[in-house]
Amino acid sequence: MGILVKNISKSYGKLTALSNISLDVKPSELYGLIGPDGAGKTTLFRILTTLMIADKGQATVAGYDVLKEYKSIRKSVGYMPGRFSLYQDLTVEENLNFFATIFGTTIEENYDLIKDIYVQIEPFKNRRAGKLSGGMKQKLALSCALIHKPKVLFLDEPTTGVDPVSRKEFWEMLKRLQQKGITILVSTPYMDEAALCDRIALIQGGKILEIDTPKAIVGHFPKPLYNIYATNMYGLITSMSHYEHTYSVFPFGEFVHYTDKREAMDVEEIKAYLVQQGLTNINIEATQPTIEDTFMELAK
Amino acid sequence: MLPIIFILPVLQLVILSNAATYEIKNISFGYVDADNSSISRGLIERFEASTYFNVTEKFSSQKEASTAMQEGSVDVYVNIPTHFERDLQKNKRNDIGVFVDAIDGSAAGVINVYATQIIRNYNKHIATDLIHVSDSVQKPISIDSIPLFWYNKTLNYKTFMVPGILVLLVTMITLFLSGMNIVREKEIGTLEQINVTPIKKYQFIIGKLFPFWVLGMGLLAVGLILAKVIFNVPILGNLLLLYGYTSVYILVILGMGLFISNFTDTQQQAMFIAWFFIVIFILMSGLFTPIESMPKWAQLLTEFNPIKYFVEIIRMVMLKGSGFTDIFPLAIKTLAYAIVMNGLAVWSYKKTT
Repeated sequence: MGILVKNISKSYGKLTALSNISLDVKPSELYGLIGPDGAGKTTLFRILTTLMIADKGQATVAGYDVLKEYKSIRKSVGYMPGRFSLYQDLTVEENLNFFATIFGTTIEENYDLIKDIYVQIEPFKNRRAGKLSGGMKQKLALSCALIHKPKVLFLDEPTTGVDPVSRKEFWEMLKRLQQKGITILVSTPYMDEAALCDRIALIQGGKILEIDTPKAIVGHFPKPLYNIYATNMYGLITSMSHYEHTYSVFPFGEFVHYTDKREAMDVEEIKAYLVQQGLTNINIEATQPTIEDTFMELAK
Repeated sequence: MLPIIFILPVLQLVILSNAATYEIKNISFGYVDADNSSISRGLIERFEASTYFNVTEKFSSQKEASTAMQEGSVDVYVNIPTHFERDLQKNKRNDIGVFVDAIDGSAAGVINVYATQIIRNYNKHIATDLIHVSDSVQKPISIDSIPLFWYNKTLNYKTFMVPGILVLLVTMITLFLSGMNIVREKEIGTLEQINVTPIKKYQFIIGKLFPFWVLGMGLLAVGLILAKVIFNVPILGNLLLLYGYTSVYILVILGMGLFISNFTDTQQQAMFIAWFFIVIFILMSGLFTPIESMPKWAQLLTEFNPIKYFVEIIRMVMLKGSGFTDIFPLAIKTLAYAIVMNGLAVWSYKKTT
């Protein structure tokens, strides 16, 4: 009833979008597809939602084969593309009605499923969809994707371009939907959202780097990680990348995340090196790796 | 959008029908009269009396006249040689030169006809003066032809232009709107959302195109009313027949629009291709230039021009009062066209990207 992907490959001319992707999503799992732009996330979504045919490999969605039983898949999945793709010149209510009708159902029939989300946009139900704010557009799109009670929900970068508060609300809604037994495959370029999934697949350049729970993935980080702070951020990064013992260094918010080549490293020694480089206000402390750190490490 | 769709074509119909005329008036006319006799002056007076020509200048030499034509100040000039009258009386015949600016070929043709007509009439007139009594026995029997213009007795160009322009408007509006409509959904992304729904291909296509079908029929109604009220174009045939044919015709155009939609990604591309076809269709429709005068290969090409059929049928039905059996051969071709076009369109429309 979940999603099963086996050795799927797809290329556009010379460009390989997906190479030999395999993953399985368990029923009513919240599964995250994490990767930067151009990693192949949207291509995988298009293949799974039967909009595109893979060059190689098999896939089933909700137990149906994407090639042979695409008609059944279209009846039982909800898809929210990355771009807002509802009718901008229809009102909120008209959009919802329209999609309900296409799926041969009515708003009333499945109202309980979308109720939590729809009440938030109901005050604007006579407003045209194009005039809604980003967060409300997402809620409407989600309502429309849910109106026919899908077994599997595909969300392609649902929170891109949405404000932080709406993003948080959106993920809470996903959690509630998951409890109602809906399998959710969601893609996002935001690493902080990855931690909210049951399991995640890190994807880059059309290849899967790792699949595991967010916690386990963080646990795979191989080295102790340090936050380094200094007044001159740019000077800090250039100095550290020329440092002889540097294993990895990249900016992370107001800090620089740093790992060392050696087994045992000396914080004081680095401090001395940085002072010598003319940096001030230096502060170095150990920190917990995040999914982003792991991703950067794996993507190296 | 709806007011635009109706107001613009109405404006076009009114403006084009008044402006697109084959009649050429206000031709600036010059002449070189080296003879300056009563006969030559009489000829010039004939031109002055004509409503088509404005006699603007008298040139002293042909060189001067051709300079003026070079500058564009005269469209046509007549060169009457010295001793024109004397030679005419002596030889019973003489030549004069008519020089026409042929930058605009079709206008030049018309000007030539007008000028020749005036000269011929004048010729007939002076012939009686010139023929001496002794010659009268040899006077040739002249055959006069009196043309009768059937279905348009006064040769009123509006009578045949208005139905033709009406066809253009119905075609353009329905082709552009249907061609850009599905592409627009591609552009704004709604098509992707629709494609993952269980909606059937034919349901979607009918849903998309039916409004334009209704729109096309509505436009025809508005256009016919205007044709009757403003231009007083006769409607002799059965309107129901005209509507029946139009309902099939619009299907051809909608199928074409959908076909264009399927092979383009942006409205810009769709617009460009639609324009490409519309321009060819209009110029090869027989509306502005008769198909009979086109080269053989072009005539063959017009067989694939839906506008040609509609122009022919709307004129037949409105002006001639043709019935079903008269238009049947053309209508059956249109129907076949509609089936092929829509078949292609539906076949090429894919619910995948």
